[in-house]
Amino acid sequence: MQTSSSPHLHSAAPVSSVMLRVIYALIPGVIAYIGVFGWGVAVNVVFASIVALASEAVTLAVRGRPIKPFLFDGSALVTAFLLALSLPPFAPWWITLIGTAFAIVVAKQLYGGLGFNPFNPAMAGYVVLLISFPREMTQWLAPETVSGHALSFVEAARVIFNGALPPGLTLDAVSAATPLDTLKTRLHLGETVETARRASPVFGSLGGLGWEWINGLFLLGGLWMIYKKIITWHIPLALLGGLFVMSLVFHLYNSGAYVAPVFHLFSGAAMLGAFFIATDPVSACTTPRGKLYYGAGVGILTYIIRTWGGYPDGIAFSVLLMNMAVPLIDHYTQPRVFGHKD
Amino acid sequence: MNVTPYSKIAHDGLWANNPALVQILGLCPLLAISNSVVNAMGLGFATLLTLTLSNTIVSLIRNLVTPEIRLPVFVLVIACVVTAIELAMNAYLHELHNILGIFIPLIVTNCIIIARAEAFASKNTVGRACADGFMMGLGSTLALVLLGALRESLGHGTLLANAHLMFGEAAKNWTITLVEHYHGFLLAILPPGAFIGLGLLIAAKNVIDARIERRSAQTVALPHEAGAAA
Repeated sequence: MQTSSSPHLHSAAPVSSVMLRVIYALIPGVIAYIGVFGWGVAVNVVFASIVALASEAVTLAVRGRPIKPFLFDGSALVTAFLLALSLPPFAPWWITLIGTAFAIVVAKQLYGGLGFNPFNPAMAGYVVLLISFPREMTQWLAPETVSGHALSFVEAARVIFNGALPPGLTLDAVSAATPLDTLKTRLHLGETVETARRASPVFGSLGGLGWEWINGLFLLGGLWMIYKKIITWHIPLALLGGLFVMSLVFHLYNSGAYVAPVFHLFSGAAMLGAFFIATDPVSACTTPRGKLYYGAGVGILTYIIRTWGGYPDGIAFSVLLMNMAVPLIDHYTQPRVFGHKD
Repeated sequence: MNVTPYSKIAHDGLWANNPALVQILGLCPLLAISNSVVNAMGLGFATLLTLTLSNTIVSLIRNLVTPEIRLPVFVLVIACVVTAIELAMNAYLHELHNILGIFIPLIVTNCIIIARAEAFASKNTVGRACADGFMMGLGSTLALVLLGALRESLGHGTLLANAHLMFGEAAKNWTITLVEHYHGFLLAILPPGAFIGLGLLIAAKNVIDARIERRSAQTVALPHEAGAAA
């Protein structure tokens, strides 16, 4: 057995190894995503990564900063992954280009680069796209098992870069509203949760069809990150708790009009948001108590936007709104210094 | 009292003390209206006219008004000027007036106007006060039009759309289409685009200023070069 002599100092893990592990943790969810929605997801991830690295290198050069250490710290790659995973699988290439470039250049580098951005870059890029190009951003695919059409990697890339679907296939045949969107629309038409879920094929037993797998595997990757101490448990627990409690209260109040908590936890970007997006170490709260408030705030806002807002999912807006509150929360939740009174 | 030279008045208004880019005053109309070149021009010229007239009048009456009541008097003067301009725009540029809407009467509350009245016009002769109002207004208008051009070209892919609202029927074909079948970029037209665009303009001005300063520092540091050149 090997022993080492004192001092037994730990060195904090460098940024690059943390970011690399975040990407490892994303991989199971990404695989599920590709399995459900096809190769378009992979094309988006690869293209967003290239754009992110290129815009990071160019901005660093313009700012007169050392390029190599910042470019290979992996943070741009994580931003690219998170943004690409939020996009519709067949989003045209320029959507990915504009969103990623905005996230890196404006939301990250213009504020001073890694460690200085007050807003989550990936979500800032996503929101820019959502409010600028609502038509492209809400054109979601149906799970391949529902539409019955599976496109190869090359075919998917051709759709994204050329806008050309394989012959004999129309966009209507492969696209469908997301489960959260479908539910919202049908509830607005006066249906109950029960009839809506039975009438549309996009729902699964827990959440949206396929989405439950994606969310489940992101949950798994997230738990691994907590186990590896890459993130702490505070934000994910508080976020999912906020979402759960809100949906439980309203579900118990009227189960016909408000869907069950499990559906919320396993639909849309719930797990991706809880473990990977809201836990961004730069733009989230840093004090333990603050993390709980921050996470709960994101969860509650997400429920409010999903249920009564104009957009089907609300993770991005909630994260950005709570980002604004971070300095305030951090200020009031400073831990007591040992030996001092409050 | 030291007299400000006209060249300094012009330089202050257009560049060194630009109301929009340096003093960052009157942001509300600036951000709300600058979504196209023509809208920006319409509001810019209205502001320019208000500033020139109010500065002139305030300077004319500066020795009659006692210090205790000067601010209400200034506000009254400004309100009268703005009301007159609004009525005139409603009469002669009716459609543009409808588009700019509430932001024309709101020029009264634009802080740049009372600021110039108080800080400059009430202490200077009529000629200089008038020039200051004109230059400040022009500086503000130029920044507005620049921001409008930025947002319109990014948002709609055009420039000078609806120019006939301001320049009459002859201007109907002035619209410059930069990109055919442009997809549109809604963010540039929405309020966030105004904030981002203004931030970029201010940053660009600071970069230019820093470059000028660096260049002048170099010439000061190397006097023998200046001597050799002479």
